[in-house]
Amino acid sequence: MTDSTRVQVPHIVVNDPGVSLEPGPVNTGPDSIVRQYLNKRSAGKFADGTFGTVMLLSALSIFMIVGLIVFTLTTGSKLSIHEFGWKFFVRSAWDPVNGDFGAMTFIFGTIATSLLALCISVPLAIGVAVFITEMCPEQLRTPISFLTELLAAIPSVVYGLWALFILVPIMRDQLGPFLVKTLGWTGLFGGDNFGIGILTASIILAIMILPVISSITRDVMRAVPINQREGMLALGATRWEMIRTGVLRNARIGIVGAVILGLGRALGETMAVTMVIGNRPDIAKSLFAPGYTLASVVANEFTEATDDMYVSALVEIGLALFLVTIVVNAIARLLVWAVTRGTPPRSA
Amino acid sequence: MIDETEQVKLDMEPGPLVMRNSRVNSLHRMLSDHLVTGLAVLSTIVVIAPLVSILLYLLYKGASSLNLAFFTHVPAPVGENGGGMANSILGSGIILGLASSMGIPVGIAAGVYLAEYGRGKMLGHAVRFTADVLNGVPSIVMGLAIYALIVVRQRHFSALSGGVALAIMMIPTVTRTTEEMLMTVPLAVREAGFALGVPKWRTIMSISLRTASPGIITGCMLAFARVAGETAPLLFTAFGNQFWSANLNQPIGALPLQIFVYAISPYDEWHRLAWAGALVLIMLIMVSVSLVRIVASRGILKGNQ
Repeated sequence: MTDSTRVQVPHIVVNDPGVSLEPGPVNTGPDSIVRQYLNKRSAGKFADGTFGTVMLLSALSIFMIVGLIVFTLTTGSKLSIHEFGWKFFVRSAWDPVNGDFGAMTFIFGTIATSLLALCISVPLAIGVAVFITEMCPEQLRTPISFLTELLAAIPSVVYGLWALFILVPIMRDQLGPFLVKTLGWTGLFGGDNFGIGILTASIILAIMILPVISSITRDVMRAVPINQREGMLALGATRWEMIRTGVLRNARIGIVGAVILGLGRALGETMAVTMVIGNRPDIAKSLFAPGYTLASVVANEFTEATDDMYVSALVEIGLALFLVTIVVNAIARLLVWAVTRGTPPRSA
Repeated sequence: MIDETEQVKLDMEPGPLVMRNSRVNSLHRMLSDHLVTGLAVLSTIVVIAPLVSILLYLLYKGASSLNLAFFTHVPAPVGENGGGMANSILGSGIILGLASSMGIPVGIAAGVYLAEYGRGKMLGHAVRFTADVLNGVPSIVMGLAIYALIVVRQRHFSALSGGVALAIMMIPTVTRTTEEMLMTVPLAVREAGFALGVPKWRTIMSISLRTASPGIITGCMLAFARVAGETAPLLFTAFGNQFWSANLNQPIGALPLQIFVYAISPYDEWHRLAWAGALVLIMLIMVSVSLVRIVASRGILKGNQ
């Protein structure tokens, strides 16, 4: 954390500073010629400078990547931006044949699925984080956290496959009718239930963003000093009171950050959602109705898009998605950073 | 919180009324404590259930449809039984090899910059923040950008563009883990290097990176595992291919792409192959990750950083 790495050390052996050396694998053999050469020549300021520059350039390449993405997406969507202006995002027309495009239905689908997914996964994720950090017996902690991290390692397309063949039938035959019977009066569960639709997409999204939210919530909760907990317990608080007032209240900003990070993940998730949402550009009140999201319209239609305006409209959707996730992620990172700075990184 | 401390004070000199109140109160507190514990346990079970279900189904469905042909044949035409995904497995290997050879060196170098040169500097913070944000960019957007950058210029889909897309997705993860791992190397170790007159770049290469190498290798494998299952960025870059191809300038098959195509198809035979493909994909990811971890912990790779 301190700056003492930057202490300037005098170069004792300054031999021929004009030799530039690319860093390469160091041979450990005792008599190796490379070794001798390096020992003689490697102390040059020039080599140090070159190495530093290469590292700096690599770091700067990250800016370059972001810049390139923004540049290519803006130039690619120029046509559509010029034609429709900002109204692109409030129009619900999507008519490739007549070249009439608007993104409203996709924005609705994206927001509906993401928010619904958050509603399902946030309580569960916080529950898991609380269980793992505060309640879990020591022997269970590693396997459970390993299992939840494993959820994050499963590829999106495998989630989609599972959802398509397991979750969709369950939704159609068991969960769907149950919801109609119990919550049908809300009007949210009307219409035909084919098993695919916004609700199914939200459930699979919730499963996918859960590990993100719970692992960051765990980090944030670990950052709360142990004194807080001991203080609460010493005052006679029960464990839940200790968790609520001592831990969750102190960590709330970071938890909000974790939730927003999960939102960012949900907004951009493509494959699994595409496979179960039904892909129909429609704004319906029922959660059983098929929908369409920003990411899945790009995934589905981009390779089929033939005329320039169609491609341009899809690229503009991509640009919008990019900008929104950048903003969402930036906010989330700042919130998480505000809580966890100063604590050492998690080892496992 | 204030009520509770007052409650504690009252408990010390209990009158009859206070006594009853305090009993009700503590019963309420105890019950809510147990309730929340139960809820936390329940939510853990609810979370683990789909995971177990996914893994079991994958094993059950995948293993029953795996056979030798899966690993040796290219996809069969519609209507014919049999066929495999051999070309997609090869294609995935090629794309991932390309991605790792581009993404890992750049990522490690950027991590070295953050940990060894950029500590406390404005630029360091900016790079770190950008890497974190880039990490959250949807993969489909990455595919769009690479399409516009490479595929449009080349005028055809190619394995190369797929590799570049995945490489870009690897960079932020590798950068951040490298940085975190280098941060755990004690300063004293570096100072010992400086005290011997070793220049900074040699100190970094042979002391810092070497000390942190197991962690860095693990980080690289995690990045690898993450991009190995990516489908969205390959849709308009690698595009997929039903035949053998190892040409970097031609469309190439990839396991996740093939699983996607087969999963949304209407044929039972293809669904079966999709499950088998998913099992192979997960196996490949897990085997490669654990292999490298074992090798790294044995110290064979340790000197090569």
